[in-house]
Amino acid sequence: MKYASQRVAYPFFIAAMALFLGQVLFGLVAGAIYFWPNFMAEIMPFHIVRMSHTNLLLVWLLIGFFGATYYLLPEEAETEIYSPKLAYLQLAIFVFAGAAALVSYQFGIHEGREFLEQPTWIKLLLTISFLMFLFNASMTLKKGRRTAISVVLLMGLWLAAIFWLFAFYNPSNLSLDKMYWWYVVHLWVEGVWGLIMASLLAYLLIRMTGVDREIIEKWLYVIVGLVLFSGLLGTGHHYYWIGTPGYWKPIGSFFSALEVLPLFTMVIFAFYMFWRGSRNHPNKSAVLWTLGCTVTAFFGAGVWGFMHTLSAVNYYSHGTQITAAHGHLAFYGAYVMLNLSIMAYALPQLRGKQPYNQILNMWSFWLMTGGMAFMTFTLTFAGIIQTHMQRVIGEQYMATQDYLQLFFGMRLGAGVVVCIGALLYVYAMLGPAREQLPAGPAHVAVGATS
Amino acid sequence: MIESLSRNAARNIFFGGSLFFFAIFIGLTAHSHFYIVNESTDKEGLTASVARGKQVWEEHSCINCHTILGEGAYFAPELGNVWKRYGGEQSPEGARMALKTWIRMQPTGIEGRRQMPAFDISDEDLDALIDFLEWTSRIDTQGWPPTIAG
Ligand code: HEM
Ligand SMILES: [Fe+2]
Repeated sequence: MKYASQRVAYPFFIAAMALFLGQVLFGLVAGAIYFWPNFMAEIMPFHIVRMSHTNLLLVWLLIGFFGATYYLLPEEAETEIYSPKLAYLQLAIFVFAGAAALVSYQFGIHEGREFLEQPTWIKLLLTISFLMFLFNASMTLKKGRRTAISVVLLMGLWLAAIFWLFAFYNPSNLSLDKMYWWYVVHLWVEGVWGLIMASLLAYLLIRMTGVDREIIEKWLYVIVGLVLFSGLLGTGHHYYWIGTPGYWKPIGSFFSALEVLPLFTMVIFAFYMFWRGSRNHPNKSAVLWTLGCTVTAFFGAGVWGFMHTLSAVNYYSHGTQITAAHGHLAFYGAYVMLNLSIMAYALPQLRGKQPYNQILNMWSFWLMTGGMAFMTFTLTFAGIIQTHMQRVIGEQYMATQDYLQLFFGMRLGAGVVVCIGALLYVYAMLGPAREQLPAGPAHVAVGATS
Repeated sequence: MIESLSRNAARNIFFGGSLFFFAIFIGLTAHSHFYIVNESTDKEGLTASVARGKQVWEEHSCINCHTILGEGAYFAPELGNVWKRYGGEQSPEGARMALKTWIRMQPTGIEGRRQMPAFDISDEDLDALIDFLEWTSRIDTQGWPPTIAG
């Protein structure tokens, strides 16, 4: 860690991990309700559990992105953060807003669009905090060196904030509402968050492989180009059945199918750079998370996304457990693992230690990733049966669900494993640091501080 | 292939191409906006009551259990076509009564069956909600869902 103000990232990462644990806990409760339908039905009905689960996810991912930005920006821009105080204040507002949303949900106070349930005043607080962050980061960049990584990262974050503004637009025409709702949801995860993901990966790869910046940044531009060329018009895969014109069927099918390309390129990018690089970075668990992130994102977003993205398939699978399967592995692979990679890389340096608790950390990787993969398989099987019974044969929804009970049971089991993995991760990162380096010659310790 | 490309060329392709696709995207959604308002949804039918019904729908966050036009949670039945499923096209009064009674009956408390909470909704709001569901069932959805089950 070269710059003192990189420390700003530390409380962001701690907050992110705390909310992450909350997220998986609510997930576990939701999974339990699927299996035991009467579970907590009076105290906390399913809709409250679900909005808590999804909102916590989005809030902690954003806090993680903020922290990652504060962490890498001084190194990239070769200057201290413009105002660490502003950063702490901004974090406090964001965490407060997230917590306030969570509490108000328990009292039935919420708005009613998926993922955008925050009461308006909380949305405003989130916006203010986001703008404070953007100001702080942009001012830092302005006074320092401008690299492709920092420019693409900030562009992604600025655009994310701009598309977020559509959360404030809620027309009474349901079809219009839905069309612009996807401006936030799809243009985030399959658009501008792709810029954030690719630039954070590029940063990790520069640090951990030692490959020339010139080469990495060229790959970065190619990848983000592929993300937006496919992802913008790829929004059309949500415009098949909501009252939008028929031309979205060919356009959405074609461009969203191409969305697999940037995801695949990211896998090649990460593996190729590690193969090519000369550095043998000692933080093996961060390497594992980084490689695992690209692979899992490719399967969750790329393969599972492609599976139901063509309009002829989506006609049958739209809004079934297949969607749920994809949503889980895509978010986990692309954005959860991305944040966990950055934290695994940065925390030893923030705590001023050599990489520690490596084996424990790798256990958490395999438990969480294995659990999420298993959950995705069970939901996919459930979704196939549901699709066939409900969409082909025409059986009533509630009747089809009775046949899925076995899969919901296995899904709950997978959720338990994921929760154990998440707890282990947080313990490995924040708990007492024991040196756990893989056996090997002493050279692995070289570069530990870079 | 990537070897022969320089970083600056890659950057220019990224910025130029993104602007190009963004412009097309904006153009198409502008047209879709126009299409929705004038063709696929019932402009005259979007009464104050339908608008209020959408608010009622949102106040109770029905979407975090149900889907509507296939979007939402996947925990409870699709409601985009529930009006048709209840026979609203043949007998509007019967469907309205049946839907209202159903909502008022919750929760069933049946062991092993997913529960819908009891909602405290006034009669007027409940009518607005049904108006909203009825209006929604008439959106031109390109023939989706494949079966009346939703
Ligand atoms: C990291 C990237 C991605 C994330 C985080 C993600 C996440 C999600 C989520 C959460 C949903 C459900 C939205 C809802 O609640 O209605 C969804 C739907 C969908 N996603 Fe993705 N996705 C990603 C990438 C992709 C890609 C690359 C494709 C296509 C190749 C794709 C295809 C789809 C389709 C077709 C749907 C609609 C499913 C339906 O009709 O019910 N996604 N995605
Ligand atoms: Fe999408």
